[in-house]
Amino acid sequence: MSQLLLDEPGKKMFLLGNEAIVRGSLEAGLDFAASYPGTPSSEIGNTFYEIGKKANMYFEFSTNEKVAMEVAAAASACGLRAMTFMKHVGLNVAADAFMTIAYTGVRGGFVIISADDPGCHSSQNEQDNRYYARIAKVPMLEPANAQEAKDMTLFAFAMSEEIGMPILLRTTTRLNHVRGAVEIGKLGPRRGKGHFGKDPKKFVTIPAHARVDHVLLLERMDKALEICEKSEFNKVIDMGGSDYGVMTSGVAYNYVADVMAAAKVKGRILKLGMTWPLPEKTMSEFIKNHKKIIIAEEGEPLLENAVMALAKDVNPKAVIYGKRSGHFSVMGEFDPDVMKSAFSKIIGKDLMPKNIHQPKIQLPPRPPSLCPGCPHRSTYFAAKKALKQGFKEAIFSSDIGCYTLGIQDPLNTADFLLCMGSSVDAAGGFSKATDQKVLAYLGDSTFFHSGIHGVVNAVYNRHRFVYTILDNRTTAMTGHQPNPGMGTDGRGDPAPMVSIEAIVKGCGVDFVRTVDPSDIKGMQKAYEDALAHDKLAVIVAKRECVLLEVRARKKANDFKTWQINQEECKKCQVCIKTWGCPAIYLAEDGTVHINEGICNGCGNCAKVCPFGAIHENTEARK
Amino acid sequence: MTRIVVVGVGGQGVLFASKVLSEAALAEGKNAVMSEVHGMAQRGGVVMCNICVGCIESSLVGDAEADIIFAFEPMEAYRALPKAHSGTRFVTSTSPVVPVVVSIGKQKYPDIKAMFDEIKTVTPKLTAVDADALAIQAGSYVTANSVLLGALAGTPECPVSREKMLEALKNTVPPKTLEINLKAFELGLEFAKQH
Repeated sequence: MSQLLLDEPGKKMFLLGNEAIVRGSLEAGLDFAASYPGTPSSEIGNTFYEIGKKANMYFEFSTNEKVAMEVAAAASACGLRAMTFMKHVGLNVAADAFMTIAYTGVRGGFVIISADDPGCHSSQNEQDNRYYARIAKVPMLEPANAQEAKDMTLFAFAMSEEIGMPILLRTTTRLNHVRGAVEIGKLGPRRGKGHFGKDPKKFVTIPAHARVDHVLLLERMDKALEICEKSEFNKVIDMGGSDYGVMTSGVAYNYVADVMAAAKVKGRILKLGMTWPLPEKTMSEFIKNHKKIIIAEEGEPLLENAVMALAKDVNPKAVIYGKRSGHFSVMGEFDPDVMKSAFSKIIGKDLMPKNIHQPKIQLPPRPPSLCPGCPHRSTYFAAKKALKQGFKEAIFSSDIGCYTLGIQDPLNTADFLLCMGSSVDAAGGFSKATDQKVLAYLGDSTFFHSGIHGVVNAVYNRHRFVYTILDNRTTAMTGHQPNPGMGTDGRGDPAPMVSIEAIVKGCGVDFVRTVDPSDIKGMQKAYEDALAHDKLAVIVAKRECVLLEVRARKKANDFKTWQINQEECKKCQVCIKTWGCPAIYLAEDGTVHINEGICNGCGNCAKVCPFGAIHENTEARK
Repeated sequence: MTRIVVVGVGGQGVLFASKVLSEAALAEGKNAVMSEVHGMAQRGGVVMCNICVGCIESSLVGDAEADIIFAFEPMEAYRALPKAHSGTRFVTSTSPVVPVVVSIGKQKYPDIKAMFDEIKTVTPKLTAVDADALAIQAGSYVTANSVLLGALAGTPECPVSREKMLEALKNTVPPKTLEINLKAFELGLEFAKQH
């Protein structure tokens, strides 16, 4: 990763899309970045975490996306080049600030990255954040490959400063997680500290100022449109004819280009890289020159709607193929097959591959699951033990993180989930709307993100439920980023540890118990007491993520796996049917074993086994 | 142009091997784009990488487009069958990684021979290597992905030379484990040449 700091212009590097974004920002002389981790944007933050200090810039993991956006906006107001980045749903959290930053405008270049996730690879929805550029009136760039990710990031900073407004760089999973060759440029100079020159008319958005700001915003967008109409990121690519005019943006371009080349479709592609404000002149010219127009865009029909409107004036007879005509869907991610299928129907020639062989044998699925040794398993197991028969009716209000995987057999401990922080808020609603037992679950990082205001609400409105904070001392799901509870900051420096227990107590919760999930009996007792409590009860299930624990134990040569003694095992299958660790398996002859290749050595299965048949190996495994 | 689908299970080193392969292609002066599938797949789920070598814009491989299916787990090799055509080279490990629905006895792991037989009805080019056994022979089970990279390098369809692949491997593995990884690579290579 430190190769990203090499100052060797012209060198080609094989970079992840997210690394290319980091490189582009460093070439722009980025001074200041803030973020909350979220896939598919996570590697941007991980990279800054690793190199931020060496790059002599400021980087922080903020508590949530709104906080990050506002922290970065302040840096920009001081004349520093600033950036914030988040997954698409993170921009919902930050939207309040985002809308008004467009009004105030910026001083130092300010780039906001939204990483959308068509196909829901790691998200709860596939919202199309190109809408946000429109609502906020913010210029937008959409890279199609790793090189463009670098180039557009660099350009976005310059443009932001030139016209004094934030720029949205909108990416998708396929761009964030592509790896490609990137030719690098020169690293930019950093400014160090900035200075905030007061200008209340600009930065204090009272109604009288905001009305003026709106006028200024529209003027800035006029300038943005001039830049957009001349931008090299919007270009026509000649595919040897003019039968079809294809308009596309982002990664969709790649599939269009490949399919047109392979099927020898004669036409031109208008590849749009700067897509807000829309380069209407460029688009109208293109529409005028083609009788048949194809709009190939992932997500919502935003380009298409604009083309429909423009075509009415400049080429009303043009035939337009897109989502309205049924050739593309608003759902899912594009890929070569989606593009071949659409082009087959449009050009009337079958481009679909022949003889696709579908497997005849029904295959077991392989969904992700809680890791062997995951402390969340012990916590869920203990809660179910405490609930006994009441488990069936109890509502498990879940949240965003590894612990959502409790949804799977045999735990089945996720019943409701909307977004970050919804566990605790919704639990309060369930507790008032029903007489069922309610249990809310979220992780330490998610607690700091949006799990606190729900505590205040529950205390104030006298909600009654058990709120478990699964404190595994990290932000595990997105790749183990630090959070405010851990004692480390986004530059790897020691930081104050923010106490979850103190926060909860400060909100007025009188039942707060911290238990190590490995103490399954102790955890079960905590649940029994919490379920009997007549108000909000908080359990902090505190134990480090097993992946980090194993790493440390292997280093210390203190890592041992566990085994089932076949003579002692009564084949009751409690470990299989109620515990469900992926390392324990049922052989075809009915015997039960531990796969030592994936056992993480937690030993909790031995506590679950009613016959004491599971034992630790005597020798450390390497 | 060579389109490659790399599949396996979270934790097996699919991303690592895909990166080595792509870097080797670039070192040979070929263009390469690679797509990673991350996120929840890291928790024991399926991990898939697509690599397109040559003049291709897309980083994804469509159905019946894969020239090579490079699998770290036999059932995942079989699951990728819709990506195969009649000339596809399969290079796969024969060591199963059992998914949770199988380990808890709800479903059965499919018969490996039956899966391989069906693959052979689509393409005769199947290199099935006991990567775990060769890795242990090389010095540690963690070198299984080097065994598989070696096996891939030993097939005529591999778009990169043995030399460039070795170079990329040397640049990527920790120096401590270099020796056993190189041994694992050679064992895989020899196996592929003989089978």
